[in-house]
Formats: sequence, C-alpha cells, structure tokens
Amino acid sequence: MTIVWILAAVMLTAAGVITMGRLLAGPSTLDRLVALDTLVAVTMCAIGTWAAFSLDTTVTYGLTALALITFVGSVSVARFRVPDTDKPRGTRRLP
Amino acid sequence: MNTVLDIVAGVLILGGSTLALTAAIGVVRFPDTLTRMHAATKPQVLGLLLVLAGAAIRLRGNADVGMVILTGLFTLITAPVVANRVGQLAYREQNVRDDLLTRDEMRESEEKGEPGGHGAH
Repeated sequence: MTIVWILAAVMLTAAGVITMGRLLAGPSTLDRLVALDTLVAVTMCAIGTWAAFSLDTTVTYGLTALALITFVGSVSVARFRVPDTDKPRGTRRLP
Repeated sequence: MNTVLDIVAGVLILGGSTLALTAAIGVVRFPDTLTRMHAATKPQVLGLLLVLAGAAIRLRGNADVGMVILTGLFTLITAPVVANRVGQLAYREQNVRDDLLTRDEMRESEEKGEPGGHGAH
C-alpha cells in the first residue's frame, strides 16, 4: 500500500509544478484562470489523498470550502477582469 | 474484505492522480485557451471524483464521508458554469485559433442572425 501513496504523491506534485509553469507563462488572463483552476483541483486531489492516507477527516471540510471558493473566484475573475490588450500570436483577426 | 476495499481505494486514487497529471501536461502543452480548457476540465473533474471516491471508500464508516460526497457534488455542479463563462469569454476575445476549429457554430448562428450566443450574458 505504501507504493500507492508514494506514486500518488509524486504524480500530484509533478502535476502541481507543471501547472504552475503555465500559470506563470500565460499568455492571457484566461489561460492563467484555467491553470489556476487546474492547480486548485490538483490541490483538492492532494488533500483527498492525504485524508485517505492518514485516515484524518478534519481536512474534508477544507475540501468542501475549496470547491465553493474556487467557483466564486473563477466566476468573479471571468466577470470583472480587464480584457487583455496585446493578443497572443495566431489569433483571429478582428472582423 | 477490508483489504479488498483498501486495494480498490488505492487503485481509484492512483487513477485520479494519473488523470490530474495528464490534465497538467495538457494545460502546458496545448496551443490555445479552448484546448487548454478541454485538457484541464475533463480529467480534472473525473480525476477529482476518482480521488474522492477512493478517499470515501478508505474513510468508510466515518461521519465526515458526507463532506467528501458533498465536495464531489459541488465540483460537478460548478465546473460546467465556469467552463461556459471562460469558454465564451475566450471566444469573444478571439483567443481561439481558427485553424484548429473544425466547426464554428457561434459564427454560423451569428451570420444567420439568430439570437443568443454573443449577446447572452
């Protein structure tokens, strides 16, 4: 059973680090938003794995809180953010 | 019985972690916002649900399993809303590569003058 926990921890850590690369690289706000969503999902996976590993259920409330707060955060960013002015290459021309 | 359930939980958690890793790789490797969303949302939700199922099996009999189930429910409910908002914004700001779209139904409906799509807020 130990190998399962080690493998899961390694994969989740790698996923988090890789996602942070995209979070830094951008190029647009929406890409960062998507990357942030993925990062929080990976964090939630890690918290769930920790709860299963340690049989400690105090963190499960944090899971629910994260699920709700992420939703509010993403919707607010999508609604209230300032649009990017410089477009990344390869985008469609304005009609 | 306990050993079997633990093994099932382990397999579920491993599968969920693998999906999270593939989601991360997709977010980094794919070329534009819509494809990144495609990579991020599906394995992300399914992977999270797998991990939560594994955790719920492993924590069986505990009173706090309800919170784990609730988390899965909230994720299922909120993920489509966020995906819809972000996808529509990305399309509207032309953060989409036209050459990667096989079919653009938003533009088709706009040219026909149908309501909905862009105007909907």
